[in-house]
Amino acid sequence: MTDKKLSQDQNFFLRILKKQIFIPISALLVLMLFNLIADPTFFRVELGISSLGYPVLKGNLITILDNASELVILSIGMTLVTAASGGQDISVGATIALAGSVVLRILCGTDTLTDHIHAPIIVAFLACVLVAMLFGAFNGVLVAYFKLQPMVATLILFTAGRSIAAWINNNTLPNNTDPRVGYYGNFFPGIAVPSPILIAILFMIVTALVMRFTKLSLFTQAVGINAESSRLNGINPQLIKFMTYVILGFCVAVAGFIKVSRLSTINYSVIAKDIEMDAILAVALGGNALSGGKFSISSSIVGAYVIQFLTITLYRFEVPAAALPAYKAIVVIILVVLSAPVVRKKFAELKKNFTAKEAN
Amino acid sequence: MKIKKTLAILFSLSLGIAAFTGCSTAGSGSGAGSDAQNQPAENSASDGNAGGDNTSSGELIKVGIINNDPNESGYRNANDKDMKAMFTEENGYEAQFAYSLKNEEQIAAAQKYIQDEVDYLLISAAGTSGWDSVLKDAQSQGIKVILFDRTIDADESLYEASIVSDMAKEGETAVNWLASQNLDEYNIVHIQGVVGSSAQIGRTGALDAKAKSEANWNIVTQQTAEWSAETAQQIVQSVIDAGTKFNVIYAENDDMAKGAVAALDKANIKHGVGQDVIVMGFDCNMWALEELLKKNWNYDGQCNPFQASYIDEIIKNLENGKKPANKVVIMEEKGFDAETITQADVDQYGI
Amino acid sequence: MQDDVILRLEGICKEFPGVKALSNVQFTLHKGEIHALMGENGAGKSTLIKVLTGVYQKDAGSIYMDGMPVTINSTQDAQKSGISTVYQEITLCPNLTVAENMYIGRTNEMTTNWRKMNAGAKQLLDSLQIPASPTQQLGDCSIAVQQMVAIARAVDMDCKVLILDEPTSSLDESEVEKLFKLMTDLKARGVGIIFVTHFLDQVYSVCDRITVLRDGTFVGDYLISELPRVQLVSKMMGKELDSFDDIKQEEIADTIDRKSAPVFEATGLSSAAGVNPYDFTIRRGEVNGFTGLLGSGRSESVRAIYGADKVTGGRVMMDGKEIKIKKPIDAMKQGIGYLPEDRKHDGIIGDLSVKDNIILALQVMKGMFKPISKADAEKFADEYIKLLGIKTASADTPIKSLSGGNQQKCILARWLLTNPVYLILDEPTRGIDVGTKLEIQKLVLKLATEGKSVTFISSEIDEMLHVCKRLIVMRDRHVVGELTGEDLTQTKIMSTIAGGEKK
Repeated sequence: MTDKKLSQDQNFFLRILKKQIFIPISALLVLMLFNLIADPTFFRVELGISSLGYPVLKGNLITILDNASELVILSIGMTLVTAASGGQDISVGATIALAGSVVLRILCGTDTLTDHIHAPIIVAFLACVLVAMLFGAFNGVLVAYFKLQPMVATLILFTAGRSIAAWINNNTLPNNTDPRVGYYGNFFPGIAVPSPILIAILFMIVTALVMRFTKLSLFTQAVGINAESSRLNGINPQLIKFMTYVILGFCVAVAGFIKVSRLSTINYSVIAKDIEMDAILAVALGGNALSGGKFSISSSIVGAYVIQFLTITLYRFEVPAAALPAYKAIVVIILVVLSAPVVRKKFAELKKNFTAKEAN
Repeated sequence: MKIKKTLAILFSLSLGIAAFTGCSTAGSGSGAGSDAQNQPAENSASDGNAGGDNTSSGELIKVGIINNDPNESGYRNANDKDMKAMFTEENGYEAQFAYSLKNEEQIAAAQKYIQDEVDYLLISAAGTSGWDSVLKDAQSQGIKVILFDRTIDADESLYEASIVSDMAKEGETAVNWLASQNLDEYNIVHIQGVVGSSAQIGRTGALDAKAKSEANWNIVTQQTAEWSAETAQQIVQSVIDAGTKFNVIYAENDDMAKGAVAALDKANIKHGVGQDVIVMGFDCNMWALEELLKKNWNYDGQCNPFQASYIDEIIKNLENGKKPANKVVIMEEKGFDAETITQADVDQYGI
Repeated sequence: MQDDVILRLEGICKEFPGVKALSNVQFTLHKGEIHALMGENGAGKSTLIKVLTGVYQKDAGSIYMDGMPVTINSTQDAQKSGISTVYQEITLCPNLTVAENMYIGRTNEMTTNWRKMNAGAKQLLDSLQIPASPTQQLGDCSIAVQQMVAIARAVDMDCKVLILDEPTSSLDESEVEKLFKLMTDLKARGVGIIFVTHFLDQVYSVCDRITVLRDGTFVGDYLISELPRVQLVSKMMGKELDSFDDIKQEEIADTIDRKSAPVFEATGLSSAAGVNPYDFTIRRGEVNGFTGLLGSGRSESVRAIYGADKVTGGRVMMDGKEIKIKKPIDAMKQGIGYLPEDRKHDGIIGDLSVKDNIILALQVMKGMFKPISKADAEKFADEYIKLLGIKTASADTPIKSLSGGNQQKCILARWLLTNPVYLILDEPTRGIDVGTKLEIQKLVLKLATEGKSVTFISSEIDEMLHVCKRLIVMRDRHVVGELTGEDLTQTKIMSTIAGGEKK
């Protein structure tokens, strides 16, 4: 009987250890614990008053969730692109600059500095979605139909995207101080939770519904694992790959819209700088193979939160500015190595041996 | 075999990309350049002959201007506009412009200008090294070189003058202004630019020195946001969340100041003239100066992009046989206080 | 006898989560002998080979080379001990040249003397009569040649023990002959060869001894002369064989519906894969087959029917109505299913579960936006796992961890689930044990009685004779004959392949 129970325990451990989401979740827990020990009030959420006079939630946790929103949204699209095409889109930062420029171009008209919007925000948002999805389609065509390596294909927009963004606004840095522009990156009047958190949650719900009510994930994984086999089973691998890039384009549009709304302005040369690397990192931290195939979006999302948690933690511990990247790199290396399939397997074996010894 | 194929594809692609981006920058450059040439052409058509009469020698001074890509920043954009406004036929110049963020491309452009036998080479170098041989070529051809905005590692004899901003002085001006506010206690959130850049070193240095020497000056947070507004916002947000008390935001450029202010607004912390937190920025962007006018910010330090008039003066003197007294010319830089700034200042100095 | 033993395995155990793959297995190999390792799928042959070559680490047991115990923890260890392997699936790099593949990872020098390498490769290829040039890209060679290059590579490494894991499954007869000649040469030089295969004929024509495994345990070690075929098969299957020639003895029921229009009819069909235009008809309830040597175009022909390669010409009718099949999904919508020849590359989706692999085709036909519910998917998977006897830990196990035969059954299940009217099976029994082969043959005949049509391709002619009512014979990418009724004999087929007129 005890033997049986033991093996059940062992199976339980193995199951958890094998779960892809295990590493990012435990990383998150370790970071939380670390902060909790250093500052017991770290997770306190308080009610404050916003500059518009409404009660709003405040606290470290809120800040982290708030600032991770764009990355979370991007990591969803990046996971799909990675799974289907076995490569990553490195142009998302540049396309955010592009999409953001479109938003402000429409909201500001030809003015550089204005205090009212020149068109309804929904129009600006839709235009931004359209443009970002078009550029996503451009990448998708290069990858799916011209069979370029994803990194090479997206290198084009990575290089040219910010220049095009600058061109959209005639090399000026437009600024729109209409309070409505800022709702989506700060607070909606009367709502206590920062809007980016709400948008990210909405986005996750929609993703979950899409995954539940379509077989996008099965098709994407099939194409990523074995494109030829998928083709012979009636799937159009090119179309699937193309679609994932267009979906990522949509994610880029939403992320870009939030980014612009946060500051009501855009500096196309630094906005969302290096965010593509963080998005790819989120996918990797989630334990997804960057060579494509099977994926777990929820793991990538947790990965994205880990990255943001880490950033804020490093700020909190006042790591010297010059050393910040080094600290980040060390933590990231540890996490990525831990979430590598090889290491996870070793872990599982160790655990097994350990429990086996205990049994003896 | 396959490797070769991939290499070939990569190579042709990178060429394609180079051509693409090359086109875009060259396109905007030449477009702007033709603007600059069109304008005087139109002018000479309307009040044309008068202008021709005014030019005493009747001969234009040929200048080759090598600059960084104006898309790089608002500062560079303002700098480029200033140069284009100054070096026109009206003012007695025939100007050619070349833009690149890459040293080799800039050197190649310089060689071309030397072949074109320009009279002056005006260079804002992308990199500090590798210029010796091309400057020697210029010297042997009798072409005079004036550096602006950026210095290079070359012998002083190779150029006539170097017009630069003194970033350390910018920092000092700002810190002195802050000291003159006579606060009881200075709790400063210091947001740095890209660590190691000359602007960051100059602007950080002055503040660090002051904070060390004064007992009531504390830097509560010192962190780099790498010139990015979003990062600055996150840093300030985490400082607020930590419950740290502060009454000064010292951001090393306007973008980061804006990000910091966004975080303050979100937390409903009052800032600006007569409020809880003093906000300081640098670079004098037009929109930043407007914030000063509205008294939302307190101070903005200038990083003077308007070097053209200095260059013009040096060229005029050289033409008359007068060498500049000092090879290194440091530009005058202003700092604006929200309480004294005027609309005229905004229009004149905003970039 | 004891002193010429070069390799001895004792008490080998290996366990995977949930499965005991090997338990207390022993194996003895003598100098200069060809030793067949036999067993059904899942008997533990592949696992034993992988333990021996250092791919897996054994849980218990010992390995002796020339009487000395050795530890083999990696493939390098195995190579150093003089054990070389040629696997069933090609494990070389298709984007390198033939010569590079033969020498990759074997030189310690940082630089490569290309000329020397190519010359050495050429000499070896010539001596083995392998029709490949050293500078040719490996991926451009046929699978058979790739296989032979892999063998050449192993031969060149001066091994004491050569393991051939299903080397002949991609080779045609003349190539098999060449391989056997090579094996005999090596045997004469004192190399011990472990030969893993499913072809009984081949075992009896070339081997000296047989070791039989069943369900991960050691059954016995026999001299070939002491073990008649029937006994071997019964030892492998673990039961006395009564139904081995079942089908042949039975009169195959005539299930062909000759009245209504043919299920599928093509005229002048050709494809970009180099099939010359051919005509083809299949009726309801009919089982027919394409036969011919490797490379004759039999696979390419059925691929053209399914739209797997770009169709370049011809008219296609189903049930008397003209239709267009441009890509696989078109064929699927018409009720055509296709089990491809290259299981690993074209069939399975390796990392996906057995369940997802089974429902894939049905799901694709329903479309991305009409998912099969979780409950249904599980029901379907369980149903077919049971029906076809798929050996898997669970329906959620990744298909790649199954043995080849069980993978094949999953693909078969995938198509049966779509309830096709016309099923194309290209080598469904390749690399599959005798028992499963019989099951699949019976299943095909059962489908025919249900009024479905099946096109069946196999390299084993007697297997085709068991199930097909009509054989289309191909040579050099042309249809050269069609055999029915009394013409369906081995000799007639052979003579048609050898000397039929091109149509």
